[in-house]
Amino acid sequence: MNVAIFILFALLCLGGALNLLLQRHPINSALSLIVVMSSLSVLYLLLGAEFLALAQIIVYSGAIMVLFVFVIMLLNAGEEERTHGSRAAYFAGIPGVLALFAVLAGTFVTLRLSFGGTRLGAFLVTTGDLSRVLFRNLLLPFEVTSVLILVAILGAVVLARKEH
Amino acid sequence: MNEPMTPSMIAFSPALRILPEILMTLTGVLVMLVEAVLKPRTSRKPLGIVAILGTLAAIAASVYQLFLPAGTAFFGTVQSDAFSVFFHLVIGCIVLVTLLISLDYFEGHTSFVGEYYALILFGATGMMLMTCSVELLMVFISLEISSISTYILAGYRKRSATSPEASIKYFLLGSFATAFFLYGIALCFGATGSTNLYEIAKGVADGASPLLLTVAFGMMLIGLGFKVSLAPFHVWTPDVYEGAPAPVVGLMSTAPKAAAFAVLLRIAYGAFGTAIHIWMPLVWIMAVLSMTIGNLGALTQRNVKRMLAYSSIAHAGYLLVAFTALAPMGIAAASFYTAAYAAMNVGAFGIISYLSGYNEARTSLSDFAGIARRHPVAAAAFAVFLISLIGIPFTAGFFGKFYVFTAAINSGNAWLAVLGLLNSGVAAFYYLRLLAQMYMVPVEPPREADTAHARPAFILAMAILVLAVFALGIFPGRILDLARAGAATFSGPANAASQTVPVALLRR
Amino acid sequence: MLCAWTVSLMQTPNYFWNYVPLLLQILAAVGLSSFIVLASWLIGRHRPGKVKLSTYECGMVPQGDARGRFSVRFYMVAMLFILFDVEAVFMFPWAVIYRKLPGITGSRFFGFWEMLVYIGFVLVGYFYIWKKGILEWSKDQADL
Repeated sequence: MNVAIFILFALLCLGGALNLLLQRHPINSALSLIVVMSSLSVLYLLLGAEFLALAQIIVYSGAIMVLFVFVIMLLNAGEEERTHGSRAAYFAGIPGVLALFAVLAGTFVTLRLSFGGTRLGAFLVTTGDLSRVLFRNLLLPFEVTSVLILVAILGAVVLARKEH
Repeated sequence: MNEPMTPSMIAFSPALRILPEILMTLTGVLVMLVEAVLKPRTSRKPLGIVAILGTLAAIAASVYQLFLPAGTAFFGTVQSDAFSVFFHLVIGCIVLVTLLISLDYFEGHTSFVGEYYALILFGATGMMLMTCSVELLMVFISLEISSISTYILAGYRKRSATSPEASIKYFLLGSFATAFFLYGIALCFGATGSTNLYEIAKGVADGASPLLLTVAFGMMLIGLGFKVSLAPFHVWTPDVYEGAPAPVVGLMSTAPKAAAFAVLLRIAYGAFGTAIHIWMPLVWIMAVLSMTIGNLGALTQRNVKRMLAYSSIAHAGYLLVAFTALAPMGIAAASFYTAAYAAMNVGAFGIISYLSGYNEARTSLSDFAGIARRHPVAAAAFAVFLISLIGIPFTAGFFGKFYVFTAAINSGNAWLAVLGLLNSGVAAFYYLRLLAQMYMVPVEPPREADTAHARPAFILAMAILVLAVFALGIFPGRILDLARAGAATFSGPANAASQTVPVALLRR
Repeated sequence: MLCAWTVSLMQTPNYFWNYVPLLLQILAAVGLSSFIVLASWLIGRHRPGKVKLSTYECGMVPQGDARGRFSVRFYMVAMLFILFDVEAVFMFPWAVIYRKLPGITGSRFFGFWEMLVYIGFVLVGYFYIWKKGILEWSKDQADL
């Protein structure tokens, strides 16, 4: 059953991502991004990452999507026009992406035996387990995140506010 | 992670291991709080002076760290040693000089001067943390702090069109590169089961799936290669350097690069030290590409900032040549080169910020014609920095290149050194072209931009940099000893030499 | 009874069974809302007219495009919301383990201080935006 859930949500995620790229109206793209984020959160849940799954919903599907929609409304972005795209994208970008994909896929296929198998849903990382690492071994990265938040606040004010 | 408590861990607080970062952060917080309560019209100069004092305190704290025995703190996430102190000092000095240059530059032109100082201080915190992190997650968070603050700083001239464009380009490509770095961390974790550099080193030494490790290293190299503008991940550099305010370019072309190179050194020689064959070819190719693309690109540029942007790509390439040398010598050469490059490049962009002013009145090569007659002192200082960038003897640039290429030759990479020297020859052409414009071409009628006059803080900054360029070129001894002591810390996590050398260095 | 059933499920190797109550909740929410919409559509009578299809049946006549540009202030508030949201996300795992933290960190108040330092920094940001007047829309003239 877990495999079925995995396949369902993995396909949903991929479909959402494709739809995001192909849609011409930014709002539709934003809505498909919600599909991507939410199905990702189910995949995290399947891997036993309970806290991460819920944080994904709260932060990404909730707060960040609101921001996206605000930006779309702020720009009053309408339907995008089709262009032929840049030549660099065709001659360097597409082969580059394909090469990257080939390298990663090749690596994972070659190493699939040494990775071993896993049973979806057979393990669980509780929030408590996460906290044990976060508030001891990774204490400093956690504290330093607050400086990152301060930088982001400064950035929001500096970039979005008008000069006097 | 139940490490035994060694005497050195009990002896002093772990906070001392990140004392410079703590001082920087607290100064940034202070600047941010005062900025919020100040009236909009009042001068922000006192805030700049507070920032300068905080930076001085952080530099002093870094020197103090030399007296501590090298070791880790915060459950093995950070390590203060001679290597981290060296880069702390480089970054601290860059930030200090940049603050001096900016003290009068932004005043009256933008209403976010206080935020500017706070962003520089927080960004410096991130860069400093990068150099002392031995845990990849810590590296990632600090890399984000440093990158995000530079993205914002690049867009500070909001009224011009190029500056916000520079900011958004840098941001989009930069976040993409960070994603690569993060993916590399994840693959590293997959291969070795840890994100701690020492644990990864153990995994690499045990021969944990070399294929996966190669891909992981490649991903991290892409991420960091972007941050230090190595070809073929350099395309953002000219546009961003052209659009960002000149003092910010001076900062972001040196300090974040020094930090990213420090991380790359720790990853390459520290974590992947037993698997040099994995990364040597990658580094070799990127060094050749960066030197060649950088110098050929600079030849075709008419805009001085774009020319210096390509030159910075080339210099990142020279620096990468040091990576192909054997461990202690290569690390020392790369570390020294970051310091030498910082002195001359911050100086060059400082002079540009002075000559072209906030509105960037002088951009193209011909705008600098006859500068020597009208601004003899500034032109002389500019000449010193350009001569150092060429690599003429008795300057920092010469000794840096000399040391890097010697290290490469001694490690059997003579071909790479030859390519580097050929490139330096090409490079001399475009630096000399600018010098010739300044000194040989007759003076044009006076222009509006020439009303600028140098302020004391700016003169102090330039004096420091000119002195640094000559000091690093003529008496490199002490800095070089510190770089070597830093390189010695790589021989092992608990290395006796690393604990005694720095102290001896100071008492000499 | 229900509780015992859930506990027995949690002990099965398949951890995903824990989320069956959540699934039921989602089904109930989706089911109820679709039922209400569908029922009103099926039961109600449809008499579309020109006036009924206008934006408001009473009130002013709509003018111009409804999709105007929004003030950048909305963006700033959303941005700041995310930042504090992220902060709140970190507080959850801390609260879950708070009582055990003295044992984990080896010091009695260490766990308390580590969160206090974190919140302290974020409060600096809050103080900054407050004093800068980002949250005061009526007085602030520095925006769009």
